[in-house]
Amino acid sequence: MAEPRFRPGDTVRVMKAYPLGHVRTPYYIRGHTGVIERVCGSFPNPEELAQMRDGLPAQPLYRVRFMQNEVWPDYRGNPADVVEIEIYQHWLEPA
Amino acid sequence: MIERGHHDMGGLPAGKVKRAEHDYAEWERRVDALAVLMGGKGVTVDERRRHIEALPPEAYDKLSYYERWIVALTQALLQRGIITTGELARKMTQVERRG
Amino acid sequence: MKDQGKYQALTYYQLMEVSLRELLVEKGLVTEQQVAATVEDMRRRTPERGARVVAHAWTHHEYKARLLEDGTRACEELGLDVPALKLVVVENTPQVHNVIVCTLCSCYPRMLLGIPPDWYKSRNYRSRMVREPRAVLAEFGLKIPRQTRIRVHDSTADMRYLVLPMRPAGTRGWSEERLAALVTRDSMIGVALAKQPRSK
Repeated sequence: MAEPRFRPGDTVRVMKAYPLGHVRTPYYIRGHTGVIERVCGSFPNPEELAQMRDGLPAQPLYRVRFMQNEVWPDYRGNPADVVEIEIYQHWLEPA
Repeated sequence: MIERGHHDMGGLPAGKVKRAEHDYAEWERRVDALAVLMGGKGVTVDERRRHIEALPPEAYDKLSYYERWIVALTQALLQRGIITTGELARKMTQVERRG
Repeated sequence: MKDQGKYQALTYYQLMEVSLRELLVEKGLVTEQQVAATVEDMRRRTPERGARVVAHAWTHHEYKARLLEDGTRACEELGLDVPALKLVVVENTPQVHNVIVCTLCSCYPRMLLGIPPDWYKSRNYRSRMVREPRAVLAEFGLKIPRQTRIRVHDSTADMRYLVLPMRPAGTRGWSEERLAALVTRDSMIGVALAKQPRSK
């Protein structure tokens, strides 16, 4: 199992990358900065499972909270509105 | 077109939500069951998702949910060699003739 | 196939289902009995299961705390079998409204709510809910006051989400069973509120 690098409250940036393959990090959130809301545990990497490999070592999975205003420049609504997304550790870097 | 999968649609412009729903047909429920049972034999949901994402965009939009599922499950089993294309061809012909 | 009184040709995809199933049976990988039993298991998973959890949380403060802390364990406490479900329960309050979507496919807490409705899997819902939740919720007839914060949960990986709706006013002293009847599927997805009690 890969060691968790982040804790709740840490600020993280999602990799701005567009590889091929099966990816669970939505396109719209890549390159954006958010805050770790919780650690969900560790799970086999779905990018590897999708290619019929075992996905080990398991990757820590986080729920990351993003401010809607930051994600969508034209966002209308309460400035405190958020979107929360599960993101695997290998897609995150410290910010 | 390649850098963003057709299925990866969060935030794209789209129309009003039509609150349609239907009671699932027996064949749709069996597709669900086959996916669950083969999941127990190591055919992962991730593999099936990859095959769904590999559908041509027009097919992705046109097919119903369980139509996408049966195509993806079949592709996954073919890729794993659990069934072969020849077996599938023969069986489909046989089932169709039987009516 | 449904008996519709006359023969109807199978669609290409129905033909695929029959063929695949028969091949898997012939190879000894599944049996028709297993398929039928799995269909029945899924049929038993209806939103009434989720509603039971919600009503129990409404009437037991400590249970609610445990449900918000560890959704899976709290479901098991009620004797619900929830295989492979890693459940995160999020609570609606006057200050915060939660709503669930899966922009990549259609992840959904099937163990508690059954098979998702068609609209949940539609392009329009999946595309727009993350970007304009207030507009989409208004299309469901749900107007969220501007001062209420919205948390959209894009359910993209291994967790599954269930909204704990607000308990309607005027239900003091109600039994769990009576309360559960107010808890709709849509209120547990976050596109509706729980039903209001009818005044008599």
